[in-house]
Amino acid sequence: MWWTRLKALIVKELLALLRDPKARLILVGPPLVQLLVFSYAATLDVTNIDLVVLDRDAGAASRELVQRLEGAPDFRRVVPVESEAALAAAIDRQEAIAAISIGPTFSRDIAAGVPAKVQVILDGRRSNASQIVAGYISRIIQGLGAEIAVSGRAPPPVDVVARNWFNPNLIYQWFMVPNLVASIALLIGLIVTALSIARERELGTFDQLMVSPLRTHEILIGKVIPPMLVGTVHLTLYVLAAVVVFGVPLRGSIGLLYGSALFYLLSVAGLGLFISALAATQQQAILGAFLLLVPATLLSGFATPIENMPAWLQPVTIVNPLRYFLVIVRGVFLKDLPVAEVVAQTLPLALIAAAALMSAAWLFRRRLE
Amino acid sequence: MAEPVVRIENVTMRFGPQAPALRGVSCVVEGGITGLVGPDGAGKTTLIRLMTGLLLPDEGRLSVLGLDTRGDMAPVQAAIGYMPQRFGLYEDLSVAENLDLYADLRGLASSERAEVFERLLSFTDLRRFTGRLAGRLSGGMKQKLGLACALLTKPRLLLLDEPSVGVDPVSRRDLWAMVRELAGDGIGVLWSTAYLDEAEACDRVLLLNAGELLFSGPPADLTRQVDGRVFRLTGVGRGRRAVLAEVLGGRGIVDGVIQGEAIRLVVAEGAQERDAAITEARSRAGVGAEVRPTPPRFEDAFIDMLGGGPGGRSQLAEASPMRAAGGDEAVIEARGLTKRFGDFTAADDISFSIPRGQIFGLLGPNGAGKSTTFKMLCGLLKPTSGEGRVAGFDLRRESAEARNQLGYMAQKFSLYGDLSVDQNLAFFAGAYGLAGPRRRERIALMKEVFALSPQSGISAKDLPLGFKQRLALACAVMHDPAALFLDEPTSGVDPVTRREFWTHINGLVEKGVTVLVTTHFMDEAEYCDRIALIYRGRAIALGSPDALRASVACPERPDPTMEDAFIALIERSRLVEAA
Amino acid sequence: MTSKGNSTDRTGRLRRLGALVRKEALQIVRDPSSILIAFVLPFILIFLFGYGVSLDTTRTRIGLVVEETTPSAQDLAASFRASRYFDVIDGHDRREFEEALVLGRVRGIVVIPSTFATDLAGRRPAAIQVLVDGAEPNTASFVQNYARGVVATWAAVRASETASAPVGIAVEQRFWFNPELASRYFLVPGAIAIVMTLVGTLLTSLVIAREWERGTMEALMATPVSAAELLMGKILPYFVLALAAMTLCVGLAVFLFGVPFRGSLVALYGLSAAFLMPALGQGLLISAVTKNQFLASQLALMSGFLPAFLLSGFLFEINSMPGPIRWLTLIVPARYLIPSLQSVFLAGDIWSMFLPAIAVMAGMGLVLFALAARNTAKRIA
Repeated sequence: MWWTRLKALIVKELLALLRDPKARLILVGPPLVQLLVFSYAATLDVTNIDLVVLDRDAGAASRELVQRLEGAPDFRRVVPVESEAALAAAIDRQEAIAAISIGPTFSRDIAAGVPAKVQVILDGRRSNASQIVAGYISRIIQGLGAEIAVSGRAPPPVDVVARNWFNPNLIYQWFMVPNLVASIALLIGLIVTALSIARERELGTFDQLMVSPLRTHEILIGKVIPPMLVGTVHLTLYVLAAVVVFGVPLRGSIGLLYGSALFYLLSVAGLGLFISALAATQQQAILGAFLLLVPATLLSGFATPIENMPAWLQPVTIVNPLRYFLVIVRGVFLKDLPVAEVVAQTLPLALIAAAALMSAAWLFRRRLE
Repeated sequence: MAEPVVRIENVTMRFGPQAPALRGVSCVVEGGITGLVGPDGAGKTTLIRLMTGLLLPDEGRLSVLGLDTRGDMAPVQAAIGYMPQRFGLYEDLSVAENLDLYADLRGLASSERAEVFERLLSFTDLRRFTGRLAGRLSGGMKQKLGLACALLTKPRLLLLDEPSVGVDPVSRRDLWAMVRELAGDGIGVLWSTAYLDEAEACDRVLLLNAGELLFSGPPADLTRQVDGRVFRLTGVGRGRRAVLAEVLGGRGIVDGVIQGEAIRLVVAEGAQERDAAITEARSRAGVGAEVRPTPPRFEDAFIDMLGGGPGGRSQLAEASPMRAAGGDEAVIEARGLTKRFGDFTAADDISFSIPRGQIFGLLGPNGAGKSTTFKMLCGLLKPTSGEGRVAGFDLRRESAEARNQLGYMAQKFSLYGDLSVDQNLAFFAGAYGLAGPRRRERIALMKEVFALSPQSGISAKDLPLGFKQRLALACAVMHDPAALFLDEPTSGVDPVTRREFWTHINGLVEKGVTVLVTTHFMDEAEYCDRIALIYRGRAIALGSPDALRASVACPERPDPTMEDAFIALIERSRLVEAA
Repeated sequence: MTSKGNSTDRTGRLRRLGALVRKEALQIVRDPSSILIAFVLPFILIFLFGYGVSLDTTRTRIGLVVEETTPSAQDLAASFRASRYFDVIDGHDRREFEEALVLGRVRGIVVIPSTFATDLAGRRPAAIQVLVDGAEPNTASFVQNYARGVVATWAAVRASETASAPVGIAVEQRFWFNPELASRYFLVPGAIAIVMTLVGTLLTSLVIAREWERGTMEALMATPVSAAELLMGKILPYFVLALAAMTLCVGLAVFLFGVPFRGSLVALYGLSAAFLMPALGQGLLISAVTKNQFLASQLALMSGFLPAFLLSGFLFEINSMPGPIRWLTLIVPARYLIPSLQSVFLAGDIWSMFLPAIAVMAGMGLVLFALAARNTAKRIA
């Protein structure tokens, strides 16, 4: 009996989501486009760098330096300028992110074995990118210096041999695609569930539902399962795209990924339902979902690691389901995260889901008073 | 003769591939009140929008106040007042702010403003509420405010699109008086309506059906067509529903409705047919029945013009099992139902009980507490005190059992518009726990009874209004409930569809189903066995329609209508409270 | 409207426009959700970008394995411990840290091998191993670079102590405009662009769609109001609201988060006003096309909010994106605003940069307005 009722509700919810071809398109198209566009766009790599060089030396060593800069793969253009003013203008207008100023005595100093100096000016308005560029430039200059030093019988330098585990070439998409998998699932899941009750309320079908023998918990379950199914389909599409299109290695167990995704989707649907129970209109539901979405994305470790946040802000992220699932997705994809760790990250998800669903049910009942 | 206010010449209007919304319509609108009537989907709203210039005709031409609507409409729009179906008010602005906005938009000079506002506010009796947000006004007050906004610059043409839907009789009467006064000043008024008693009071009517103009002229001209063909069948008492179904099956009967204890009949044209029909009706009605001629109404002629009512057979009722008489136990019961929102008491100690196989009506002005009472009885609202029972189950403690026994149909056809007819039926079957062969059987029956099979793949939102109504009823009775809850079930629905609806309800009631209905249609109130009139949260009168009418009869008004009774009883209660 | 430019016509037009603007203003003040989007969300955003989201790697936790106890190895290890970029956990075997690296408890492992001192003494290049968590490439690069920095500094100091030979080339780095390298200095101006996108595009498209859904649009259209007046009646209030939200953000940024403000208010408001043209135009166009709140919100999010976030150079360098996506960013208005806005805050007025940006944004705005006007003809169908 209860199963008949619940099945009817689930089928109805799925039909309401998927029957209209336009709705199907909205549900599948944009998320895939987002995955494709944003995983290429969202990169903290710095490539195609434009530089200006003020070379007041024009000696052998400075020409060698400029040639090395031009030859480096991440530099797109190395433009010579004639004056300090032209250099400043190029930085001001962001025509170049960095400028290299070589003094008139550069080659002479090197030839004479005197410490030579190069000035690197960077655009602090883009301090993140310019720090990375600074790293590139220093490495090239120091490489040159080291060779000179070797030829000058200086003590050998200390080599730093870096090895990148899990992602040897530091391909940014390997990081971004799993991130997007988790956060787009949040975006879609939250909005779809948040609207589900609000829409019925606005259209007047909600009363019809309430006078039927469906019990409150059946209605809630019936509202939670369809978005979870849709989320699972999304997840599958994304995992396929990640492996096939982006070549992200899937090193861990796919079973673990789906197992934990179940709790993640449940917690997302729970939060969506909570918003839905709170909102009186669709507009409120949309804006409410949005108000939750933005901080949840920013405080998840998506763009920046949680450990970089101020200590007093970090506890806030404890209630953020995205935080845990990001660790799981990235871990399962790249690191073959051990089962114990997946469980440890899934547990909070289960707690969040339970708390969100219970408060949604409480709110839902209270609004009938 | 002067140029009419609106001249419509051979106008055709199409939306998409369906049959045209208007086909070759030609008519004029002159001064006075012109009623625009017709079944749902006849093209009434389209015609009004064409007159505002918001739509342009595919073929033919319209001239409004002497100007073609294809030209610059700004001067025309400055000279017309338009009240769309939902009144066009900003709900988050106050009464005064709404008036200010439309005064500026319509270019009312600031020097005249104080005087005009004064006149309109006293005219609409809204002065006490100027600071209130429009969204917090009752339906009747919203309607008056909408009218005031349309009247700011004394229009030469006033277009009102179904101004009285969902509005109680008191407010309707006020509105009518206001519009009548305006028409006296020489403003041309076009009033579209599904209430035919309103149409009857108009100076002229335009009768549209399926995009075609069937009649244009004074309503009396139309009414005259059924002169001598309208009768009252009395002496049928409690069995009147069965008798009506029986009589409607007879030859030569064009239309029949219940009026309290009596039945009103319209018979076919021609002396011979008339006499034969009357004889047959009398014999079908049984012993003690009397047939007397009665003056025709516009509605009689309207139904006649559209080819008669839908007949009296309800396949739905025929397929329903007879419910065993369970003694005199009440099926729906209200015991001291009270609901308070903060300091405000929306319903105050309301008690009644409805025995099996009866129709009980909840009537009352907007905001009087009838919806609150209704919602408490079907479990949508928890009472502050008191209790409601359905089929013997307490709505609070055994809510699921109680809900299994009730069918619910709301004002706005609350079906899932994005789902097809079949999918809606399947959902409601499942939600009421129907499974296996019984589920297939009931769904098939519903599709057959309501002729839904040809539409089964269409989205509910794209159905014509009449079919939406049928589908909503099908979903509400699918599980064969003991009690039916109908919340303004035919609000804004045309008389033909309304008759079909009541045929089914009457049939079900005969089979022992119990019905609770709220309504603003006084002719619907006539179908009830008993009525409770709710005013300011209390039941101020309870009794049969005839008893309520009789209670307000007086020498000046020996035979009051249901609407008269409604208004008089509320007046009386006001006086008592004031004393 | 036609060219009947007489004075009564003009006063009528002004009065109708005034009425529409006043109405909209009242609705904004009374609707909690518009206040939420215009004033609460900006607060949250600026707050998060001011405190929460920082691209500065402050202290990264690493494991340090010193496989020998020679003085030079201990000396280098001490340099790592003293670095302000690292939180060092000591260990004796790299395997101690391998699991921690998998679980993300440490972001890198630095190994000073057992042959370190011998290599140094033998004048063979000594190698330090740095294992980093490539699953977070950004952090991985930082750890690598900082580790190199620590080693290079240590080597330089050692070289000057032994004074055997001069050092090669000294690099002197100077970060203009933002010597502290505080990422919030450039994130906060970006957040302001996001806020203006939300008010200009999301909120505007929602409120017009709402008028269609509630049937008030039909009543308005049946009055003598022209389509241009209807559009202006929406543009003006939300223009002012967006500028107010922007002013709030700037106030918060400067006074609460101490972001420097080196440019002029003229440049700030000029750029913002120019940016609001395409933002509002987009909102108007979306609502004119959809007439439905749900669709409008979806479109506004997808075509307004997300591009402003991801394709504008706000968080991610446009130059680093692949070609086709780089071209796509050319039609994102925020891409023109954000660098200029960052300059107003950090660098000062650079008109040679601002003026082209203003011209492009205004041009986009005009195109969008024209499209919106074409789709808002005063007819229903």
